[in-house]
Amino acid sequence: MTALAPTAPGRLDVAATRSRTRRRLVGGGLALLAWLIGIVFVVPILYMVLTSLHSPAHAQTYPPSWTAPLTLSNYQDLFGATNSIRAPLINSVTTSVVSTLLVLALAIPAAYALSVKPVRRWTDAMFFFLSTKMLPMVAGILPIYLFTTKVIHMPDNVLVLIVLYTSMNLPIAVWMMRSFLAEVPTAIIEAASIDGAGTLRILTRIIAPISMPGVAATSLICFIFAWNEQLYAKVLTSVTAQTAPVFVNTLIQTEHSYLAQLSAGATMVSIPVLIAGFAAQDKLVQGLSLGAVK
Amino acid sequence: MTVSVAEQPSVRTARMGPPAATYRKWGRESWVRRAPLLPALVFLIVVTQVPFVATLVMSFMNWSAQPDAPGKSFAGLANFKTVFSTPSYRQAVLTSVEMTVTIVLVSAALALGIALLLDRKFLGRGVVRTMMIAPFLIVPIAAAVFWGNGILQTGFGLVDGLLGELGVHHAENISFLTTHPKLSIEIELIWQWTPFMMLILLAGLQSRDPEVMEAAAIDGAGAWQTFVHMTLPHVRRYLELSIVLGTIFIIQNFDSVLGMTGGLNSTNIPYAVYEVFYSAKDYGVASALGVVVVIGSILVATFALRVVSSLLSEEED
Repeated sequence: MTALAPTAPGRLDVAATRSRTRRRLVGGGLALLAWLIGIVFVVPILYMVLTSLHSPAHAQTYPPSWTAPLTLSNYQDLFGATNSIRAPLINSVTTSVVSTLLVLALAIPAAYALSVKPVRRWTDAMFFFLSTKMLPMVAGILPIYLFTTKVIHMPDNVLVLIVLYTSMNLPIAVWMMRSFLAEVPTAIIEAASIDGAGTLRILTRIIAPISMPGVAATSLICFIFAWNEQLYAKVLTSVTAQTAPVFVNTLIQTEHSYLAQLSAGATMVSIPVLIAGFAAQDKLVQGLSLGAVK
Repeated sequence: MTVSVAEQPSVRTARMGPPAATYRKWGRESWVRRAPLLPALVFLIVVTQVPFVATLVMSFMNWSAQPDAPGKSFAGLANFKTVFSTPSYRQAVLTSVEMTVTIVLVSAALALGIALLLDRKFLGRGVVRTMMIAPFLIVPIAAAVFWGNGILQTGFGLVDGLLGELGVHHAENISFLTTHPKLSIEIELIWQWTPFMMLILLAGLQSRDPEVMEAAAIDGAGAWQTFVHMTLPHVRRYLELSIVLGTIFIIQNFDSVLGMTGGLNSTNIPYAVYEVFYSAKDYGVASALGVVVVIGSILVATFALRVVSSLLSEEED
């Protein structure tokens, strides 16, 4: 940047050296700033993990007891005999995994019809999918609540959540999958078809291998959104179908020292998302931007 | 859709006049092509559109679940009048707008700055990028409860603790959550959504043509000039996209209100609708609130669709 400042002839070397030092200083300062911001953003998470490793009494002092002995007892209690996170975790895994599989079963054929062999006016269909995503979830919750409790008598049931999470993630998945399938070069498909390969062969031998990373990223992102969901889960479940995020919120019990236990629960419930998120890291942006950003 | 697809072959038939058999083949083929699309379309219409239509109908009805309430009847616009005349509901609408706008704009500005920092090569860039993404990968309710109880809580929260360590003692601890409930939620959500927007913007910055940037530098463009005339126009659409997507997610925020303040002076529309289940049980008014959110979202969505369609139209050509 500063290297381009006008320099008098003859003093070129000195000026260049000086500007190079300055540029290095500015660069170093900016790197330091980036590090500082990164640390500020990650500190709440590290503090959450640290608190989850302190005993309930140590976790809740003023000022915080930074160097208190570490213990795993909060996690043991979390899986203990009473008020265990185990059942909610199983419910979360069930709803997230099954709804993600359903989403893939519906989204992959749809994305195929929108990209590889696009139907006429495929953009209209794309925008219909997107517009359902822009309809806030809260807008339909009352009829859904009344329908599941009063009409089909399925209150507190994971099946209801599975159906709802499938609809919640389907538009995102269609957009993501379309963007991944659109990357399959049509020339290869045409060549294969000229060589006499049938649709099934083209699908399994050409399209599937190329789009596999896309399918994986789509699944991971749908899994994350289903896992994170709180509103439907809170309104439509109580005991049997309670999911892990709803459970975490019940750990706020202000009558005794609850922060350590709460931190352990918050950490525990976030671990699958952190794993899924970093596993999908390369395709995370493309997925979350609905395929608009490559 | 059915109409338009049926029309197009007939236009061709008139022009080129292929035999009827070809026409039938085209019709069949378009159905074969469309078949994979149908399950997803039908599923979405049933699960998302039907409940919304029901909400719309209910918003024009007197319908309360209170035991002593009269039966269901047509209410006209009464529920909407209630929404806009009851201070608490009007406040919820305002709170939703205020929080969404603040969070989206601050996150976008921060995200742009951080993306510019991360676009440069420096020691440990990958580590910083990983640290930056992490907040987005904490379950929203977990983030909310920990911010509410472990960080901003009076007394044993991290902020109070750090102030104490720094020697900023006060007669009574700050109760940030009760004195500034909206700001507390905004800070937490900015922390969670800046990484998301940063990822989109960073991808945008990295898609700049390096040769063009080099040429600009050789032609003597300064850092500021390059930023204003080249970088900014290039990342504009990425900025729009991150703002639009951020708005869609943040306007629906429920977890932070639930986990941090329990609605104290910070009830937004989703939380207000949720509260109806546990207190008021006035389904008519709750539905009207839901409809108001939808209208607000449609306004955002119209803009959103324009942004996204500009990205799609390039591909369609």
